[in-house]
Amino acid sequence: MTTTTQNTMPTTLYDKLWQQHIVEEKAGETPLLFVDRHLIHEVTSPQAFASLKHHNRPVRHPERTIATMDHNISTRSIKIDAAGEGAANQLRTLERNCQEFGVQLFGMGHKNQGIVHVIGPELGLTLPGTIIVCGDSHTATHGAMGALAFGIGTSEVEHVLATQTLRQTKAKTMKIEVKGHVGVGISAKDIILAIIGKTGSAGATGYVVEYCGEAIQALSMEERMTVCNMSIEFGAKAGLIAPDKTTFDYLEGKEFAPKGETWTQAVADWSQLKSDDGAEFDTVLTVEAKDIKTQITWGTTPGQVTSVDGFVPSPDDFSDTIEKESCVKALAYMGLVAGTKITDIEITNVFIGSCTNSRIEDLRAAAGVVERFGKKVSDKVTAIVVPGSYRVKEQAEAEGLDKVFSQAGFEWRLPGCSMCLGMNDDRLKEGERCASTSNRNFEGRQGRGSRTHLVSPELAAASAITGHFIDLNNDLNKKA
Amino acid sequence: MEKFNTHTGLVVPLDIANVDTDAIIPKQFLQKTTRTGFAQHLFHDWRYLDFEGTQANPKFILNEPQYKGASILLARENFGCGSSREHAPWSLQEYGFKVIIAPSFADIFYGNCINIGLVPIILPEAQINDLFMQAENAELELTVELVNNKLISQHTTYDFSLDKFHQYCLEQGIDSVGWTLEKLDIIKSYEAKMPAWQ
Repeated sequence: MTTTTQNTMPTTLYDKLWQQHIVEEKAGETPLLFVDRHLIHEVTSPQAFASLKHHNRPVRHPERTIATMDHNISTRSIKIDAAGEGAANQLRTLERNCQEFGVQLFGMGHKNQGIVHVIGPELGLTLPGTIIVCGDSHTATHGAMGALAFGIGTSEVEHVLATQTLRQTKAKTMKIEVKGHVGVGISAKDIILAIIGKTGSAGATGYVVEYCGEAIQALSMEERMTVCNMSIEFGAKAGLIAPDKTTFDYLEGKEFAPKGETWTQAVADWSQLKSDDGAEFDTVLTVEAKDIKTQITWGTTPGQVTSVDGFVPSPDDFSDTIEKESCVKALAYMGLVAGTKITDIEITNVFIGSCTNSRIEDLRAAAGVVERFGKKVSDKVTAIVVPGSYRVKEQAEAEGLDKVFSQAGFEWRLPGCSMCLGMNDDRLKEGERCASTSNRNFEGRQGRGSRTHLVSPELAAASAITGHFIDLNNDLNKKA
Repeated sequence: MEKFNTHTGLVVPLDIANVDTDAIIPKQFLQKTTRTGFAQHLFHDWRYLDFEGTQANPKFILNEPQYKGASILLARENFGCGSSREHAPWSLQEYGFKVIIAPSFADIFYGNCINIGLVPIILPEAQINDLFMQAENAELELTVELVNNKLISQHTTYDFSLDKFHQYCLEQGIDSVGWTLEKLDIIKSYEAKMPAWQ
């Protein structure tokens, strides 16, 4: 039981979400939290269902569980068999499990199908003040709505299916304030990459991060999702943004969002979801928005990032021995020479998509750059655009964005995770270099020996046309 | 889950920071619907010279003959970063690892290890450096005494700490789902008090 004294002390948003979800907290046991929404997909759920069956246990709340197909699927065909035997087996297993346990599935061809972290918010399944989990590390995306959302392993998927709860150790809190306003042409992707550049790839391990400040408040819902999505890339358990009018306006009327009186009550409750003045965080990081430039990763972790007007760093630029060694290893893998101008790096591929950057605003931004250039994709480059969901695809097509892309030589594909992780056939070959709007530049992530540079949709689109990275703000303004 | 009490085994030092789950088990091996069948693909891109995995890379430390049969992995900071795939700890466990020692782990990976009974031990950087020196220069055998939170080598004893409930789960090998299902009444009373929108 909480005491009165504790209730009057200023608390963080994370503390509030935590307190509201405690099912049981007792000495000697890790606290048990209630899970409001469980999103599942084909890759990390089959073993969980198999174990439920083995123990003859039901899904406790099928209505709180939503399934989609995204990781493994083809982006050229909605046929289950189109992405190979292994993928088809997982997809059919998901179909069978959902049927057997009464879970709603947005399968291939369904109007609600898409990347799990794109469909949650767009359907209003993601609500402020809830705990949302999924067997996928980019679940932090949903924190953009003021939900405590985090990725879990398959044993935990099983635990949530069976009990609708999860045992969690409480994280430390980190406040990241982005002060002031970003410059023209600076995207949400640049904000989060710049933050990761400051903290390093493990800077928030053990923390839940709350993003705040003028630059964050000024972001649209979709931009906030891009920021929260990459929280895991600097180790954070979850990323949070306090819900506000932007959040409520975005959610109102969405298919699964509350309606009528319940909506009114919900907004009243959600309006309380913010860190109190004077709430103490374990760590505070302040970033000046005006200092953020267009970002691009040069290495093999998201923390190995610089600005597009910069140079490939040298191991000598790092004093820490481990960072120095990581730089040597990354340059060798990436086939880069220290001191090279970033804009001199030539690419072979472009991928616009993933749960980080495949929403309608991302596609509009990328298409906008293509239109401003008024040119075709370089003949040295293969470029694909993969919308995040069927709804995003339909919206983009209604706006004619698909035509902008295809006429410029981009391939317009079907929704899915695609080349972000390359579980399907959207994979790079050894040595290919990709400007990618996804979230991970790990060795082999987009294919064995592939080289990934993480960038914004705008920079990805521009690089597809020029065939090398380009300081979009400078060069494009000159052209325009 | 198997109970963990005491384990003595050979240490293999993997001197790479930020080892991510894509490196531990690449995506093309995630298409199974079972919890087994991953060991042969562990560290695939580093362990094999070819995509098919037919030619072992002699320079990769797990392929060096003196580390054959190692059951304790010594690693660097931020081990297991990246995706939530439990396939990563499954593949390490199936390969034969019982314990991983590192200065830090990624959160989700750490939790996944606890949940499958693969013991993650965190030691300070200086002690990790010390262990790397020992393991790289001679055959290093360590004993992990979970109950005493001690890691014992021929010359030194290291203390480590573990969340008490995690320790209990590892020692008892509990079925965590079954454990929580005993508390259904408490869960139901929480559910009864939730607001309509939740």
